[in-house]
Amino acid sequence: MEAVHEHDHGHDHPSGIMRWVTTTNHKDIGTMYLWFSFTMFLVGGVMALVIRAELFQPGLQVVEPEFFNQMTTLHGLIMVFGAIMPAFVGFANWQIPMMIGAPDMAFPRMNNWSFWLLPPAAMLLVISMFVPGGSAGVGWTLYAPLTVQQGMGMDLVIFAVHILGMSSIMGSINIITTILNMRAPGMTMMKMPLFVWTWLITAYLLIAAMPVLAGAVTMTLTDRHFGTNFFNAAGGGDPVLFQHIFWFFGHPEVYIIAIPAFGVVSQVLPAFSRKPLFGYASMVYATASIAILSFLVWAHHMYTVGMPVEAQLYYMFATMLIAVPTGVKVFNWVATMWKGSLTFETPMLFAIGFLFLFTLGGFTGLVLSLTPVDVQLHDTYYVVAHFHYVMVAGALFSAFAGVYFWLPKWIGKMYDEKLGKLHFWLSIIFFNVTFFVQHFSGLAGMPRRIPDYALQFADFNMISSIGAFGFGLSQLLFLYILVKAIRSGEKAPEKPWEGADTLEWTHLPTPAPYHSFETPPTVK
Amino acid sequence: MTDSAASRNRETLRKLAIIALLMFGFGYALVPLYEKICEVTGINNLVKPDEVVNTQVDTSRTIVMEFDANVRGEINWQLIPRERKKRVHPGELVHVVFDLKNASDVPVLAQAIPSYGPQRAGLYVKKLDCFCFTQQEIAAGENRELSVVLVVEPSIPRDVHTVTLSYTMFEIEGAEQRSASIRLAGGKKS
Repeated sequence: MEAVHEHDHGHDHPSGIMRWVTTTNHKDIGTMYLWFSFTMFLVGGVMALVIRAELFQPGLQVVEPEFFNQMTTLHGLIMVFGAIMPAFVGFANWQIPMMIGAPDMAFPRMNNWSFWLLPPAAMLLVISMFVPGGSAGVGWTLYAPLTVQQGMGMDLVIFAVHILGMSSIMGSINIITTILNMRAPGMTMMKMPLFVWTWLITAYLLIAAMPVLAGAVTMTLTDRHFGTNFFNAAGGGDPVLFQHIFWFFGHPEVYIIAIPAFGVVSQVLPAFSRKPLFGYASMVYATASIAILSFLVWAHHMYTVGMPVEAQLYYMFATMLIAVPTGVKVFNWVATMWKGSLTFETPMLFAIGFLFLFTLGGFTGLVLSLTPVDVQLHDTYYVVAHFHYVMVAGALFSAFAGVYFWLPKWIGKMYDEKLGKLHFWLSIIFFNVTFFVQHFSGLAGMPRRIPDYALQFADFNMISSIGAFGFGLSQLLFLYILVKAIRSGEKAPEKPWEGADTLEWTHLPTPAPYHSFETPPTVK
Repeated sequence: MTDSAASRNRETLRKLAIIALLMFGFGYALVPLYEKICEVTGINNLVKPDEVVNTQVDTSRTIVMEFDANVRGEINWQLIPRERKKRVHPGELVHVVFDLKNASDVPVLAQAIPSYGPQRAGLYVKKLDCFCFTQQEIAAGENRELSVVLVVEPSIPRDVHTVTLSYTMFEIEGAEQRSASIRLAGGKKS
């Protein structure tokens, strides 16, 4: 803790690259998280484009099937663990101390470590493509027994998952401690901005779920090299066991991605509706119930493994139950906008885009929760469409909304509003061109994770591939908007968003100083 | 930050780290838990003798039982059913023999896992005794006769006319140190 004080008075922090390597400042670390996640977003995006290029036409044109499998695996892992999760940790680092009136995160040095674990993990994932046999071609779900039969690329992926898990757990411990112990006087739990609440709940989910994934991949590792038989039928193990352990982590993971996105949207919608968030307390309770339920529904990902019908019924009803708190949230967001004086700047557009498309993804999720339907749609493109609606249009759009919303506070300069709106419209149109048609190819029976397909799926796949390239290129526009804002953006007004009312807007100058709230504000 | 605040933070850190460690352990605890649940509910009951409650033979029905066997691993061995097909009545005691040949020059520790087609038919095929209940330690070059005693329950649905019982013989790798040398030796042969 002393280190923080030295920074405060001395301003002797190193410059150049060492500033970033050694920094313990939550704003620096938040910035690094966000740039890292954007870089990984582009890497994972290129992999998605390899997939879509191969699927542009039936037959094998662009890549070998083995490489195609590696692309689906790495695309999934990189987007989930490298892009979306670090992006929201970046938001947490920047925003949580400012929103609760704390000077920094609780453990600044650990914060530095949790970030710097990420680049080595990302490197392991990328290097795994270049070892003999290539990377793991098993899908991001890493199902046994296929994982046991892979080459050394699999081991690199396992170690990458270990490191990413450690980073997430350390980050979560930091976030929970900061929120519980370092709030400004008067900032009671039920006065915290909803973004802080959603991160508190997410951090608990991470601490409970990530170690289970670490256990699952450790078992895979010992099965591969140390003679254990957790998932090997011959030695008394069971491959279905892997699926149970994986999805015990995997379902909460879905909400680890979605809940911080809810938090960002819950800040943006009230600000541009110029009304307080409707049903604040019910939002908190709904988020908490979603988090608890997320640990009780994992087997709906594996209806086809041969569970007894009673178990299928339980998982079906428990899954449908999640629609209730999620519905509460959606209605509260709509009610927040109801009779508000709305303006449609870029953050608001992305938040509304989130609201529409996330709800659509939620509906297809409800369809998939029905066991008899899911048995038909399991591992088809319908599932691919479903989770891209909640992860891309849900989490990613909400991250875009957050970046446009807080960028003026972070850098003190405005982004180009016209280009921002263009980015939104390009994104939302190409997103739907890419993924809406996948519902149809899925309903028609096209399986996921295949490099070649039957002729009747050709049109849908061509449309989807065109959309994907459009979507990918639109994200370069986002990069241009960011660079332009940082280099030559107009100076941001003290309070660019009239309706924003959290501490970072009301109590701090724009841009936020390097050290903020050294003396805590008093919250009425 | 004051000392008391710092120690409060350390206390929270300690609690949360314990939760994380416990959850890592919980991941491993799922393994015996899963086995226990399968055992209690009777799911996945592949390597234990079944109890047969009704041995009344239903001569009015005949079911064709097909037998199939495969081996896995890289060593040179074979598992072959003596009869490929057998017509049986529900409730009748059926005795089937499989021949296991280890043509390699190394001993193998092996385990057979049964599966059924159609899958649901497995619920009605009750094995009283089976070589799949135990691990088979088979010496280099040994031939062994393996037997199964089973009853098809009379309650098997009327629309089931053919049941396939298939065994896959797995080599238990890593059970002992020598299995590594087994694989190397087998790899050269094949």
